[in-house]
Amino acid sequence: MAFSIAPCMSIMSRAARLARMLKVCAIPGPIPAHLIQAKCKQPRVGVYYAALGNLGAMDGSSMIRRNALRRWLLQRLLPQCLCVCVVFALLGPAARAQNRASLYTQADIEYGSQIFVAQCSGCHGVNGDQVSGVNLRSGQFRHVFSDNDLRSIVTNGIPGTAMPPFNLDPPELAGIVAYIRNMRDFDVRTVTLGDAGRGEALYKGTGNCASCHRLNGKGPRVAPDLSEIGALRTADTLKRSLVDPTGAMLPLNRSVRAVTRDGKIITGRRLNEDTYTVQLIDDQERLVSLEKADLREYAVLKTSSMPSYKDKLSSQELTDLVAYLLSLKGTK
Amino acid sequence: MIPPCRVTLLLLLSSFAACSLYAQVSSDRLVRAPEEPQNWLTYSGTYSSQRYSLLHQVDLTNVKNLELKWVFQAQSLQKFESTPLVVDGIMYLTQPPNDVVALDAKTGTVFWVYHHNPSPAARPCCGVVNRGLAILGDSLFMATVDAHLVAIDAKNGHSLWNITVADPAAGYAMTLAPLVVKDKVLVGVAGGEFGIRGFVSAYDARTGEQAWRFYTVPGPGEPGHETWRGDDWKHGGAPAWLTGSYDPDLNLTYWGTGNPGPDFNIDARPGDNLYSDSVVALDPDTGKLRWFFQFTPNDAYDYDSVQIPVLANMNWNGSPRKLLLWGNRNGFFYVLDRTTGKFLFGRPFVKVNWARGLDDAGRPMVTPQLPGAPTYPGQQGGTNWYSPSYSSHTGLFYLSAWEDYPTIFTGVPAQYKEGQRYTAGANTGPIPGGDTPGGPQRGPINTYTEAAGHGSVIAIDPHTGDKKWAFEMHDVTTSGILTTATDLLFTGGREGYFQALNARTGELLWKASLGGDIIAGPISYEVDGKQYISVAAGRGLFVFALRN
Repeated sequence: MAFSIAPCMSIMSRAARLARMLKVCAIPGPIPAHLIQAKCKQPRVGVYYAALGNLGAMDGSSMIRRNALRRWLLQRLLPQCLCVCVVFALLGPAARAQNRASLYTQADIEYGSQIFVAQCSGCHGVNGDQVSGVNLRSGQFRHVFSDNDLRSIVTNGIPGTAMPPFNLDPPELAGIVAYIRNMRDFDVRTVTLGDAGRGEALYKGTGNCASCHRLNGKGPRVAPDLSEIGALRTADTLKRSLVDPTGAMLPLNRSVRAVTRDGKIITGRRLNEDTYTVQLIDDQERLVSLEKADLREYAVLKTSSMPSYKDKLSSQELTDLVAYLLSLKGTK
Repeated sequence: MIPPCRVTLLLLLSSFAACSLYAQVSSDRLVRAPEEPQNWLTYSGTYSSQRYSLLHQVDLTNVKNLELKWVFQAQSLQKFESTPLVVDGIMYLTQPPNDVVALDAKTGTVFWVYHHNPSPAARPCCGVVNRGLAILGDSLFMATVDAHLVAIDAKNGHSLWNITVADPAAGYAMTLAPLVVKDKVLVGVAGGEFGIRGFVSAYDARTGEQAWRFYTVPGPGEPGHETWRGDDWKHGGAPAWLTGSYDPDLNLTYWGTGNPGPDFNIDARPGDNLYSDSVVALDPDTGKLRWFFQFTPNDAYDYDSVQIPVLANMNWNGSPRKLLLWGNRNGFFYVLDRTTGKFLFGRPFVKVNWARGLDDAGRPMVTPQLPGAPTYPGQQGGTNWYSPSYSSHTGLFYLSAWEDYPTIFTGVPAQYKEGQRYTAGANTGPIPGGDTPGGPQRGPINTYTEAAGHGSVIAIDPHTGDKKWAFEMHDVTTSGILTTATDLLFTGGREGYFQALNARTGELLWKASLGGDIIAGPISYEVDGKQYISVAAGRGLFVFALRN
């Protein structure tokens, strides 16, 4: 019956964080809950993990109630964790790396590291251990259990402490959470960070992006307007669009080609479509609405007219370009 | 209200005339609803739920002359999923969340409004909606999102009684139109995403006193309980969240049941999980189970068998047979014998890859799905609760289908907590970063497009399962279907068009853009010799008739 499902995506990572928090299992990466179930032959383990993960999402629950429930669950989890350790010892590091990578994308982690450096390192230090009693790299938090908790604290701050609220947009929050969750395995000083300034030069120069995309009221409207793209997309999806434009293109943005009964050819980028009509912006930047019944031919082109930058730009240049695109938050 | 009529019923065989004199809707009138096509007396029009109207003023040649007669604007921003009742020129309509409105069916002018303020504890999974009413005597019955059943005086909109059916804080809700059978009001509950234990209950229409309750998840000692492991049954779901049908000759009422709980993690509930994803045939006097048929045992895909049970009588292999026609959310079209529940045949009507077919007993031969691979049909199913139609004139069964529509299902662990969502899934659409059909209403821009699947109206020959025709839409469709004796088919869709098709060919005959999703079934009725066709779209109820 569901028209939507409750957000469950980070259950597995929550389970892993629990394990880290407990320091029962020396597991550097997230634990896939289904593995726990399958290998340990104790299905309830996964259930408890999930319950722990969900604590962060409880509506209006008091800290006391949450902590009591957490204690109750932890008592039941401790023996299971030992089993998990055995499983992971058997699985080896390859499996761990694979599972970790699937939870937070590298692009989000890298983007998050930039935000962290810009927004957080002033107090927390680049290593995240500068505030007395708070070591962000350890994965142990006093006020945080779930990713939602983390987002909430970053957004709202902690009243009565030096931690202020931050006004970050969703990609920034996704990045900061991804980075904080992976800080321990991520050394800021050795990673090449994308440079938005160099990215901007690529956008205008080698990349030739401005020949199709519009930015802050300037440039053509043939391709999607990128003025707010940094607030709409994550680092990962932006990188995918650059490397595989066709694969990453939203179906709505596909080009259409129509031939009217009197032979007129109309091409453009689709803005909307229904059973009887299609709306597009044509190559002359006119808004056009067509009745399909009036057309002799109508085709939706599934390949993007944007070139792939996979081989046109180096990986450093791609990182720079993504950094620039992420900086595009619109004019407010 | 009812007592004078009931006394008459008991004392006089001519009760039908006596009741109709006062325009009261006796149980006899409900049984004989096909004989008064000017009215729309139950959610699905008649007890057989065919949504087939015998009115014939609007036909294949003049349907192009339909024009808008009036619009009722709902005072709500919620989805408008209501099917009205029409009784002797008066229309009874619900508007979200739980208002009842009595209108002049000719003009749309309002007589009275009844307002029920649902408890803030109500947590229906998929919108604070209501689908309609039932009537008996001078009483209207409404099931509410906070799981109350309310009786309302049809003359003045005053409350007659108001009872609690279940606890909304535990995830129970009701969005369906009740079904009146004889002197009882039958309802089922929603809550399959909250780990409820589903049931169908009957209440005395005069007092609201509970007459019986049939749990769709059998408890310890009951047959079918062995299809659950341990205590899994306690949160086994199987909600009956859509109005059932009734066969007065067999004295059986048919109800579809929803997914087992949790929705997506079958490791959390091994076994067939009876009577989830089934049709149950109940004795309406006692609630006793006469037979059941389970469409999707141990469902991992949210394939609620919550469709309108369509009852049809036809020749089957040369002899007359009482049939149950069922286009299921799992992508198969089924024909059952509704006397015994015997499976006669089943065939996919959309792309299906979760099962490679059905065995001789109708049980699916399941194909295990690889992790991360798209499963067809997707979570919203090959069809869903949208009312289908059967025309005895064309002999065809019509349904709203989602074609080429997949979901990537991922079961995850979950623990039951009362009142919290219990779905155990992390499902995604097939397009990375793209929208997936099935979410909340969108604005006027369709972002799903061809990559995510599309809607169709499909005409199926019930004897063979053959598709006679398909009317393809660009967007998916959540609209119900109405057919008429003049071989017209009316339906809408997410795009906001309301269309008339030739029911024999699927040819488009007429359309109107109503500017909002159509998430309800059209109806037809007649007042003062004029045939009307109405449908809810966006926030309004739109009523059409031929140009004068």
